[in-house]
Amino acid sequence: MSAVVEERDLYRSDFESFERARAGDPAWVRTLRGDAIDRFAAIGFPSHRDEAWRSTNVAPIARVSFRRAAEEDSGASATALPRISGAPHPQLVFVNGRLATELSTVDGTSGLQLSGLRTALARDAAALEPHLGRVATDAAHPFTALNTAFLDDGAVVRIAPGAVIEAPIHVVFVSEPGGDPLVSHPRVLIVAGSGSQAVVVETYVGAPGLPAFTNAVTEIAAQAGAILDHYKVQREADTAFHVATIAVSQGRGSNITQHNLALGGALARTDINVLLAAEGAESVLNGLFVGSGTQLLDNHTLVDHASPHCTSRQLYKGILDGKSRGVFHGKVIVRPDAQKTDAVQTNRNLLLSREALVSSTPALEIRADDVKCRHGSTIGQLDPLALFYLRSRGIAEADARALLVYGFAADVTGRIRIPAIREGIEAFLGLRLPGAAGARELA
Amino acid sequence: MNGNDKPMLQVRNLHASVAGNQILRGVNLTVNAGEVHAIMGPNGSGKSTLAHVLAGRPGYDVTQGEVLFRGQNLLAMAPEIRAREGVFLAFQYPVEIPGVSNIYFLKNAANAIRKHRGQQELDAMEFIQLTKEKARLVDLDEDLVRRPVNEGFSGGEKKRNEIFQMAILEPALAILDETDSGLDIDALRIVAAGVNALRSPERSMIVVTHYQRLLNYIVPDFLHVLVEGEIVREGGKELALELEERGYAWLEKEPPAPAVEPARVS
Repeated sequence: MSAVVEERDLYRSDFESFERARAGDPAWVRTLRGDAIDRFAAIGFPSHRDEAWRSTNVAPIARVSFRRAAEEDSGASATALPRISGAPHPQLVFVNGRLATELSTVDGTSGLQLSGLRTALARDAAALEPHLGRVATDAAHPFTALNTAFLDDGAVVRIAPGAVIEAPIHVVFVSEPGGDPLVSHPRVLIVAGSGSQAVVVETYVGAPGLPAFTNAVTEIAAQAGAILDHYKVQREADTAFHVATIAVSQGRGSNITQHNLALGGALARTDINVLLAAEGAESVLNGLFVGSGTQLLDNHTLVDHASPHCTSRQLYKGILDGKSRGVFHGKVIVRPDAQKTDAVQTNRNLLLSREALVSSTPALEIRADDVKCRHGSTIGQLDPLALFYLRSRGIAEADARALLVYGFAADVTGRIRIPAIREGIEAFLGLRLPGAAGARELA
Repeated sequence: MNGNDKPMLQVRNLHASVAGNQILRGVNLTVNAGEVHAIMGPNGSGKSTLAHVLAGRPGYDVTQGEVLFRGQNLLAMAPEIRAREGVFLAFQYPVEIPGVSNIYFLKNAANAIRKHRGQQELDAMEFIQLTKEKARLVDLDEDLVRRPVNEGFSGGEKKRNEIFQMAILEPALAILDETDSGLDIDALRIVAAGVNALRSPERSMIVVTHYQRLLNYIVPDFLHVLVEGEIVREGGKELALELEERGYAWLEKEPPAPAVEPARVS
């Protein structure tokens, strides 16, 4: 315990030097940071006594003395950059939390403002003030507080009202292990203007090495009628720690589909908090976590129906092999005024080994009386008879297993509309049957 | 392919158990190329066990005896190798595979088999053509070809899907496990017509059934009666009619305790 307290102090003293270096930033940003470090100092790292962290022990993160990645840690990346499209598309690449301009492509797509957070703060901080730190407001989350305290670089994606951005916007965070364990606190702000439409992909990758810690926060403000597809593809190295919060605030009639694909990391925790703030908003949360070895993949969702006539659909699937552990903790809150709420939450898990574990906690908290809410959770194994059925048709055992796993994940992967991402996931699931990518050409 | 001069299947003194229960107690059976053999018997006689043992179902343990397929040791082969060598089992209860389309599954199965046999693998277009042709054979709706394997299929659709798969995979030895169960007469006619269309001098079939009804449509060359894990009677198709008339009780070694009316002895 004392070690953890020391680590808390370490972040605090690092904050002082960070704050001095960023003294030129606008006062409101410095206030945001100052409040956040005070909050973090008060809460500290969570223990198993915290309800939200009961299944995930963060001691492996808390006990490492991470050094905040600096300019000299953000040189050229050795990691092959993931591609989401063969066609040109806007892209920002960050290495250890810092924008790598030479790897980024910010063309003049009409209706899109895409820039690094540092640049945006220097150029037009006032435009960010109504949003930055205003969507991710969970005061109890220590890692969100830590990210805000060290808020420095990241991506700002602003889609003009009415704009339809055809090409997917890709934001890549590469974690390159250095000579010391490094931590970065990337921040993403997405403001989807009213009636706009866009696709934003966040990809987290990294090379194995000394433990690296990515502590990310994404804020999404969707204004009235905005349509946004948001993907988070987490494929960090199995030595990496990854904690992320995606906070979403939805205006009237907005429609957000969030895909959370958690494949990498030694310990990876993602919180997705959606506030359905105005009537008629619709939220789809589509999640897949695939663990092996000794990975721990933890996913928390919170959908807050704060307004009437909103719809939410959650489908999370977990596939766990080896000694890996998975967590799904999902909560739907229906506020007293949120009549005609339509909420469905489903979590299904597949355990591929005897030693894999999953913890599934779906929860509904309903305070309105005219609502339609369902939730369900299952944990199962591969059906031996299904395996035999496939083998009895000539399919090799390993391929038959992969095919069943692929089939299990198919309703989640089927919703992924970017072929490169979908095929990447299918390949990751071990589907090496000839023509796997061609499954669709037969459909 | 070698072994064509050997019988298609030679089952010798086959003993098998499932979960520690001895089910097959010395089955002997020889099937030559082009022959259709029916295996009949009461519930629990081991008919389905025999079918599954031949296909290599894990957990169905052979405790004694041997099975030669075209002269090769069938029991030493993994289920997928048996399939590639030409054994096909039409399941009594076809399994649903959510999320995997019928056509995708079958294309991979067909190409695994073709590769094993040294044939050119089929591309997507060729395979779609093949499925169109074979689906007509059992009147299988094209929509079902693209849907997830057996998911949401009716009982009859599942059975037709089994024969459709058999038509695609072109086995040398097809084992039909109670393909008639649960089928109304129209569905039975369609399935039987599909099976009959696949009869050929190179292909053998083992038709496992509880009822004689199916054998009106798929007429066997030989019939074997399995009771308590042993073949107790063999004959031609006329034996089926006798069974229909007299039931199985007269063939059982220890008939069940006499019911109200004493057993008739002719």
